[in-house]
Amino acid sequence: MSTSAKAPLFDRHTRRKLVNYLFVAITSLATAVAVIALLLILVSLFKNGLGGMSWHIFTMDQPSPGGEGGLKNAIIGSLIMCSLGMVMAVVIGILAGTWLAEYGSGSKLAPVVRFLNDVLLSAPSILVGLFVYEMLVRPFHGFSALAGAVSLAFLATPVVTRTTEDILRLQANHLREAGMALGAGKGLVIRAIIWRASSTGLVTGALLGFARISGETAPLLFTSLGNAYTSWDLTQPIGSLPKVIFDFALSPYDDLRQVAWVGALLISITVLSANIIGRALARGSHK
Amino acid sequence: MTPAGETAPRITDSRGVIRAGRQDAIFQGLCFSAAMVLMLTLVGLLISLVIGGWPALSHFGLKFFVSREWNPVTDEYGAAGPIVGTLVTAVLAMAMALPLAVGIAVFLVEFCPKAIAGWVAASVELLAGIPSIVYGMWGLFVLAPWFAEHVQTPLMLALDPDSFWGKLLTGIPNGANIFTASLILALMVLPYIATVFRELLLTVPTYVREAAYGMGCTPFEVVRSIMLPYIKRSGIGAVMLGLGRALGETMAVTFIIGNSHDFPTSLFASGSTIASTIANEFAEATGDMHSSALIALGLVLFVITFAALAAARLLIGKETH
Repeated sequence: MSTSAKAPLFDRHTRRKLVNYLFVAITSLATAVAVIALLLILVSLFKNGLGGMSWHIFTMDQPSPGGEGGLKNAIIGSLIMCSLGMVMAVVIGILAGTWLAEYGSGSKLAPVVRFLNDVLLSAPSILVGLFVYEMLVRPFHGFSALAGAVSLAFLATPVVTRTTEDILRLQANHLREAGMALGAGKGLVIRAIIWRASSTGLVTGALLGFARISGETAPLLFTSLGNAYTSWDLTQPIGSLPKVIFDFALSPYDDLRQVAWVGALLISITVLSANIIGRALARGSHK
Repeated sequence: MTPAGETAPRITDSRGVIRAGRQDAIFQGLCFSAAMVLMLTLVGLLISLVIGGWPALSHFGLKFFVSREWNPVTDEYGAAGPIVGTLVTAVLAMAMALPLAVGIAVFLVEFCPKAIAGWVAASVELLAGIPSIVYGMWGLFVLAPWFAEHVQTPLMLALDPDSFWGKLLTGIPNGANIFTASLILALMVLPYIATVFRELLLTVPTYVREAAYGMGCTPFEVVRSIMLPYIKRSGIGAVMLGLGRALGETMAVTFIIGNSHDFPTSLFASGSTIASTIANEFAEATGDMHSSALIALGLVLFVITFAALAAARLLIGKETH
């Protein structure tokens, strides 16, 4: 009855311990892979992007092959479309999130809206581009900055809605009761008390929505199209950073690729800092 | 005076006129319409894809899904290549990302020292923040050349071209192929699944884990026999979520998949996905049938991703919301 007849390499206790060590090693390795991948991407971004950084990037329109130039038209175009898109997304997103959190609880519609919002949250951005093309580009016979902004708004709205709903649900009910006890109606309580108490969370939602759309390329390919010159006209095609990066990166010219790397660096810094600030704010407000 | 039994008005202005009630109604109406905008977006999306894609779908019928011929010159459109490309890259990406994601989640929840856990989790989440187009550039200029030189070429030289593996891994050694596209996709969906898995593992009640430890289980046994079975249902949901993301990812794939409409015959052959085909061709679509065929492709993508995302939501929903 002492040891087993087969006399394995290790006794059961050692084997279980070894398997466990192996398991810890494998999970650490998996984490290391992800962290290293992030570092590799960031390193090559900075290595390739910093080299081409200069004032021209911000003061000149995009170059033709061999010529000098920057990304001014693309940066302005991206800023216009992102801010327009964000205004639409924040208004619709916060109102919709408020409805889900405050008014929808009893209705049968709320779970449906929530479900569709979650689907939209991960829906392929290129399909949103197709939708806006069919809705705003084809009927009006022209690509436009406005169409680009609308397609970006469609992508940011679900993010804002989701964050708004989550944050409003965190507010304690006694805040609402205290407001109502003073004689305020439900709408006033929401606007004057609940929104104010969750302001950090609402900003977080907007930032995360902004992070979602500022690097977005696919829906812009056939809504705002692109423009090699600086444009302020909302009804005309307009350049955008991601689109210029896409065109230049796939071009055979080294100097254009260099500009593409600079653009990629700019976009990544914007998106990552929006993400970091948003998450830091969220963490702070949960405490 | 309000008659007894009626709800009392709450706020009146200086003349004693009830204001709050009407304002509240307007505000509630605004909130409601905003929520409806969201709903109508998805419905409108579906309708516009059906209308736009109908000419191609009705003209080619079933052939649209099974034919490998995609030729704008002769106006012949069969989408078997992109559809299979989409499914293969997404499934391959998930096969690579899933073990990594579970590993990361387990490490963060069970083994990671508290001091660095926050940083590690944040950097994994940052992977999700990098724009798709940057992944594409990195894939094309950094990963693809490295892959071609250090993996693809040695493998091609070592394998007999007529053997099973030789056939599976044949292709132009430029690193832009279905396999590298899946690799990039795996990296892109990794943070999403890892984050969901981490949150799920944190929902396992402490007493369940402690009971297992109390019986003398090693951490590996606790994770394998207690924690993973506990989150099985939502875990499948997390996989579906990743799949939904991977299916519709556009720019990164467009950069690195090689963009050929041929039916993919090997892992290292260039191919295309639905999203990359639309991205490449839609703005320059030559004729009505061409753009209609592309929109029909979009409809196919919509149906597939909707199914995956809906499944994800239904499976995860219960426990996390």
